[in-house]
Formats: sequence, structure tokens, C-alpha cells
Amino acid sequence: MPKDHGIGASPKRREDLRFLTGTGNYTDDINLYGQLYVHFLRSDVAHGKLNKVDTTDAAAMPGVVRIFTGADFAGVGGLPCGWQVTDKHGQPMQEPGHPVLAQGKVRHVGDPIAAVVAETYEQARDAAEAIALDIEELPAVIDMKAALKDGAPKVHDELTSNLCYDWGFVEENKAATDEAFKNAAHVTTLELVNNRLVANPMEPRVAVGDYNRSTDESTLYTTSQNPHVIRLLMGAFVLGIPEHKLRVVAPDVGGGFGTKIFHYAEEAFCTFAARQLKRPVKWTSTRSEAFMSDAHGRDHVTKIELALDKDNNFTAIRTETYANMGAYLSTFAPSVPTWLHGTLMAGNYRTPLIYVNVKAVFTNTVPVDAYRGAGRPEATYQLERVIDKAARELGVDPIKLRRQNFITQFPYATPVAVEYDTGNYVATMDKLEEIADLSGFEARRKASEAKGKLRGLGVNCYIEACGIAPSNLVGQLGARAGLYESATVRVNATGSISVMTGSHSHGQGHETAFPQVIAEMLGIDESMIEIVHGDTAKGPMGMGTYGSRSLAVGGSAMVRATEKIINKAKKIAAHLMEASDADIEVKDGKFHVAGTDKSVAWGDVTLAAYVPHNYPLEDIEPGLEETAFYDPSNFTYPSGAYACEVEVDPDTGRVTIERFSAADDFGNIINPMIVSGQVHGGIGQGIGQALLEGCVYDDNGQLLTGSYMDYAMPRASDVPFYTVDHSCVTPCTHNPLGVKGCGEAGAIGSPPAFINALTDALGVRDIAMPATPERVWRALQGLV
Amino acid sequence: MAQVSMTVNGKAASGDVEGRTLLVQFLRENLHLTGTHVGCDTSQCGACVVHVNGKAVKACTMLAAEADGAEVRTIEGMANADGSLSTVQQAFQDHHGLQCGFCTPGMVMSASALLAENPNPTEAEIRAYLEGNICRCTGYHNIVKAIMAAAGQDVSKIAAE
Repeated sequence: MPKDHGIGASPKRREDLRFLTGTGNYTDDINLYGQLYVHFLRSDVAHGKLNKVDTTDAAAMPGVVRIFTGADFAGVGGLPCGWQVTDKHGQPMQEPGHPVLAQGKVRHVGDPIAAVVAETYEQARDAAEAIALDIEELPAVIDMKAALKDGAPKVHDELTSNLCYDWGFVEENKAATDEAFKNAAHVTTLELVNNRLVANPMEPRVAVGDYNRSTDESTLYTTSQNPHVIRLLMGAFVLGIPEHKLRVVAPDVGGGFGTKIFHYAEEAFCTFAARQLKRPVKWTSTRSEAFMSDAHGRDHVTKIELALDKDNNFTAIRTETYANMGAYLSTFAPSVPTWLHGTLMAGNYRTPLIYVNVKAVFTNTVPVDAYRGAGRPEATYQLERVIDKAARELGVDPIKLRRQNFITQFPYATPVAVEYDTGNYVATMDKLEEIADLSGFEARRKASEAKGKLRGLGVNCYIEACGIAPSNLVGQLGARAGLYESATVRVNATGSISVMTGSHSHGQGHETAFPQVIAEMLGIDESMIEIVHGDTAKGPMGMGTYGSRSLAVGGSAMVRATEKIINKAKKIAAHLMEASDADIEVKDGKFHVAGTDKSVAWGDVTLAAYVPHNYPLEDIEPGLEETAFYDPSNFTYPSGAYACEVEVDPDTGRVTIERFSAADDFGNIINPMIVSGQVHGGIGQGIGQALLEGCVYDDNGQLLTGSYMDYAMPRASDVPFYTVDHSCVTPCTHNPLGVKGCGEAGAIGSPPAFINALTDALGVRDIAMPATPERVWRALQGLV
Repeated sequence: MAQVSMTVNGKAASGDVEGRTLLVQFLRENLHLTGTHVGCDTSQCGACVVHVNGKAVKACTMLAAEADGAEVRTIEGMANADGSLSTVQQAFQDHHGLQCGFCTPGMVMSASALLAENPNPTEAEIRAYLEGNICRCTGYHNIVKAIMAAAGQDVSKIAAE
């Protein structure tokens, strides 16, 4: 019998009521009195010297209030990078400046040059067309390997080259890894591309800057996954506004997927301009602008080698990756191909030696940063594709080859610096074989062949590192931030509870799931608990939502704060019942004296805390509010096994996904309905990457996929129903809820499953993502 | 500027608009009906779908002036008269057919229009009908399931949760 409340139940989401009735409050729904509108004039060339920006005519256009250019930001800081990677020689990465508006040069199509502020949005757009630009176009570098050649045009003249860093991990393993390859019985090599993607949350980015002259306070309303982080970065590094004079609000946010983590120029601009003009300034991105200004994702070019002994045991892995940074370093960009990628190269397997080399490269393209999974999909894709290729080269069953090499003893210290606390990869593979009906595949293949279609089966595993992250560890690795989370549990006099969290919900259902945890601890009804998030004025410092960290880190902070509440409430209850607080138990919303029938209700205790007439004032303070900061001691390691079955029409190259199954181990589950939804969405995005999506630049740096007319987003008819299961549970050992996180798994596990299925159907060793009908048809003709 | 008048969610509405004003701008900016969203600029995403004279229309692809005299329904007008959720809205909540909520108004409007045209659609018909509505969160699984449930179909076998 499923639970109907508390941990493990699936109550209907409370946030749905506003979203289903059109009463959500997204940033573009916010309009302030006296508001002005800004339109950004963006570069239409990938690389150029900015000789002159003449705004004379534009400034005289109707409704124009002021036009800003790079010169207006001469005394203002640039956009900071939040992670400094150290290269294999111990040197810090090359870190160029990133001005709010272009200064001297433009470096990608979409780089903002001027900002026109006007009374209406239309007036701002019209005036932007009257700005006269003198740009001397320079040769652009788009291809990463070409960008590293001697004499290549430099994206940043002040740097020595376009190489951001050359990272080796673990450098001490390199010689031994090379030796293992010399001694290998078999080596499988695969070169592949992890295609550049555009995150495309359905809500485009929006920023509204406001300034209060009477208090000298700035407020930024923005579409962010982490408003506190934006306050820190923008306040401390860009505009020089102290935290107590700067409020950042991220109200309902229409999806993020990583691209709304970062601090963007438009946010800093609207905050800055509102202070200058003493009026609110609003920017709403069009989708076309989003394609050329939201940070992109992935874009790795990799060579991976897998060494095996004569018994098909994995003995070593060696990779060489080129990772595109784009034209500037976005907030967390350097960490994605390194610490979020190299540390995952062990996957689910016992491979004693691993060496990962990553060259991060500047190009004249939009900056690249974290996108759902961030580094972990790239690691998983390489590993699970090369294992499949090895299985086919060796003529062994790909599932058997995986099973033979599974890690089975935990905790397990990988050769790439992380320690998996728990997992059971055999169990998830067993579960996958069951739910995907793998034993029925051959019959289904024959049925497809009878229709003239090709059918393929692809299976893979994944592991990810979530719940980021231990602050002291990431500090050693170059993070310029801590990665704890906070929670304040404010119990009100009548017993209702407001929980202020630094986590942000933009689709994950925190407002429903988090109260389930606290209700379980206190034995009270979930409806008495409300989650407050997305406003730096309301909650303590927080680090936001990404990396599947909200429950594992933010939820743990809530547990710790609630434990403090319980400890204090027990003292109050003990006083009210004239008992010892050591004898008080919490159950069903009451405080009981153990072994007696004496109890006092939750509401009586909370009322006493605020009306302390009969109260142990000599021992404890009135009130019932506690804050906790939780800093995890390790990452969490969700894992799973995925299977995809595709059918290919050999005449057209069209691929349909016939079955998709996912068996995940997320540790303990708070709300199974929401977890399944997260997996569905991740699979949808992973299928999008593998089948449809690809961000394409031409050789001159023109963005060819600049709208939904050219960039193929997955539609309902591109995907099937998915079979998902998360009944394999190995609880996380180091956080109080035993949870691991589920937000990114689907996007990590699904691309290799799809491509493994497609290569199986086609009888080829590789095909590039996205597997468009043209690519598939060419593969079938042997034209690849 | 031209004056337009229409009936929106059963109430008379009018305003002065420029010739280039889109219906979605009129709804959001003049009438403050912000439930209708703008997710793209190429008439692809469907976050702005409303009903005009009973048909699903992308409000970013119609001028406000073209809707003069029309009966318009938006997400704000979809609940039952007593304020309870309509069958489609309720099915979306019951089956977790939404996450961030941004595409949801358009999805509900399209789904309602589909069921008005075709009260018992197949899974394939639902997926095909949603061609003009993009969702980035759900992988469509629970959206399709919710629409099947709203049509009165048994969805218990589709997948757990």
C-alpha cells in the first residue's frame, strides 16, 4: 500500500494550481511603475574590432532615454568566473576579462555592443537600428583544433593563445596508464563529438532592475536558479553593491537546466542602469537572442581508448578531450570538462588506471557552461560508447562485458579521486533486464525485419556525482564559492511553518516535496508547511539549485534545522508537562512523555514559544526559529542502467524510438511521482541530444541554428512512453535522508543508450549525434 | 492606434493598439492576463496558445486587430464556474503533466481544443496534435498520459507514477 503522506508518498503538486490557472508569477509578468525597456544591440559578426559606435541619431529617436556602450562600463567590473582550474603544469588557467558591454572588440555573434533604454520596448528596438557601427571584421576561430594552431587568430589579444588550460588528471597516473596500454591484450579506440546544445528552457531569460532612492537599495528580478549566487557575483565583482543594499528575486522560473545558473551581462546591466536612471529597467529576451546569449552546453571532441586484458577485464582508460569554452568564461565553465567530467571517467567499472587530458579552448562562439548533467553526460557517453564498441570488436555480449567489470564492493575509491559510498550496479542491471523485457528483443527484432525495418537494442550504465559539493574539497579544486546549503525553519505561533531555503524550484516541485520531509519528522500535516525560496531578502545565504543538489544538500539543511526545532520544542513540551526533556518523544504531531499517556499538542508548544507565560525562560529563549547550514562530506553517486530500442526505416533513414527503459538507484525517494517526472524529462532531453539537437556554426562564426526553425527541439511525436523504475535503493551513507538526487540522470543515461541501439540496428561501430535521417541514411549507404 | 473590442473569458474587453500589436501582447499588457506566455519568436513553441472563436490559435501569430469582435478564451478562463479545475486541468495535476509550468497554459489550451475536436484520441493522435507545443521539462510522457486520462481512457497500465 503506497503511503498517502510524508516521505515516500506522491501528493499532487501544490504549485500546479497556479500554473494551471495562469496565475504563476514569472519574471516577465513583473512590471514596475515607471519602468523603462532595454534592447541590446548585438554583434552580427563573430570577431571584429569595434572602431566606432555612433549613437547620435539613435539617441534622438522617440522615447529614447539613454544609450549605453562599453565606455559607460569603464569603471565597472567585468563578469566574474567562479572556478579557476590549474593546468597540468601547476599554472592557473588563462582567464580573460568579460565586459558587460563589448569594449574594443566583439568576440561572438550576439556579443552585446550597446544597450538602448527607452520608454517602450518597440522604441528601444527601433532606435537600436539607428546606431551606426564601424566594425572591422577579423578572421574568426570556430574549430577548436584550428584555434590551437600556431598563428591562429586570437579571441583575446592579451592572452598568449586560445588555450584556456591543458589539464591532466590524474597526472601521476599518466605513465602507468601508458604502460598498461602497451601491455593490453586489446585496445578499443573511439573518436567522438559530444554535440553542442542550447539548453532552451521554455521561459526565455528576463531581468528587471529597480532602484530605491530613499534607501539606496537595488533589486534585481531575474530568471535564476540561484538568486543568492547572482547577488554575490554581481554585487561583489561587477557593480560593487554590498549585500545589504542588493536584493535578488527569482520568482517562478520556467525551467533552467543549467543555463540559468550563471550571472549574465543583462542582469548586471539592468541593475546598473536602474541606479543610473533612477527608474526600473526591464529586459525580456527573445528566443532568437537566447540562442546567441544563453550559455550553451556540451561541445566536446574526444578520443577515448579502453585497454582490456585477455580475459576482457578493463585495465586502463585514456582520454584526450577538447572542450569549447566559447568566447568568454561563463560562471562555472572551467569546472565542467574537468572536475565534473574527469572524476566520473571510472563509471560503474573497476578500471585501475585512468588518465584524462582536457584542453579547454577559446573560440568565437557563445560561452559554453553547464547544461543538465554538465560534464557527467560527456564522461558517460564516451565510456559507454567505447565499451559497446569493445564488446562488438571482441564478439562478446555488451551487458556481460559490463557486468564482468562492475564495481561490486563499496565504498570504492576510484583512480580519479572520488569515493563511491554505495551502489548496486548488478541490481539495477537485473531490474533493467526485467522492465525492458530484454529477453523478448530478438522476437521484436524479427517482427521489425518482417516489416522491412531495422531494429537495434542499446544498453548502458551511468554513474554521476551529485549533491554538490563539499566546500573544502571544491575549494582545493579551484571553486571560488562554498557549496553548502542553508535552511531556516520558522515555526509560527499557531504551528504553521515557513521554511526559507537557498534551493530554488523551477520545475522540480520543491514546494510539494520538501514539506513531505518536515511533516514526516514532526508528524504534522504537510499543508501546515510552506516553502519560501527565490528571494535573497527572505532566506539566509544559499547556493541554489543545480547538480541534483537540492534535496541532498538543501534537504539535509532542512533536516538539521528541523532537528534543532525538535530539540527546543521538546524542552518546551517537557516544561509544560513537568517532565524531563530526555523523556519526550515526537509522534503524530504531539509530544509524548515516554511510557505515559501524557502528551501535549504541537500547536500548544508553538503557542507557548511565542506566548511564554508558562515557559522555561531561564533555560531557553522564546520563539521557535532555527537556521542550519549543511555542507556535505562527499558527493552522492546515483547510478543506473538504461535500455533503448530503435527502429530504422532503411529507405529514409528515419529513426523511431520503440521502447525506452530506465532503472535508477537514487537512494531513498521522497516523492516517487516527482522523481519519475524528473527522469522522463531528462530522457526527453537526452533523446533530443542524440536524435535531434545540434547547435551549428559556420566557418565564419555565424550561428546557423538561431531559432526553433533551425534547432530541432524534441516534440511529443519524437518520443515514446518511457518505462522508469527506481525501486533499487542503496541509501546514501553520508546525508541524513539517504538521498542521492535524480535531476540529471535521464539526460546522462539516455544518449549512449540511443546511439548504442542505433549502431546495433545499422551494424556500424559509430554514428554522430544528432542522428539525423541524413546521417543515418548515409551510414546505411556506407558513406560515413 | 486603433480600437479593438473582443470578448475575453466571457467579459467584454477593449483597448487602443498599434497595428503591429500582437494578440498575445494585448492579452498580457493591456488586459494583464499574464497566463498566456511567449516562449519564442517564430510561432513554434505554443506557450501562447489561446482559443479564438473556439479554435486553438497561437496568440503570437495573430494581430490584436484581427481578433476584433472575436470570442477569446485564455488559460485564466478555463476553470469551471465554481473555480474548480476543468477536466483537462485536473488531469494535468493528477498525472504530473507539468513541471516548471511555463508551457502549461498552451498545453492545456491545445489539449482542450483537441478533445473538443476529437473526444477520444489515440496516443499517436495526441502526440501529432501537440506538434506545435514544446515542453522542455516532462519529456511529454505525463502530458500525453494526462490528455488520455482527460479523455476518460484507462492510463493505469502506461507506467507507474
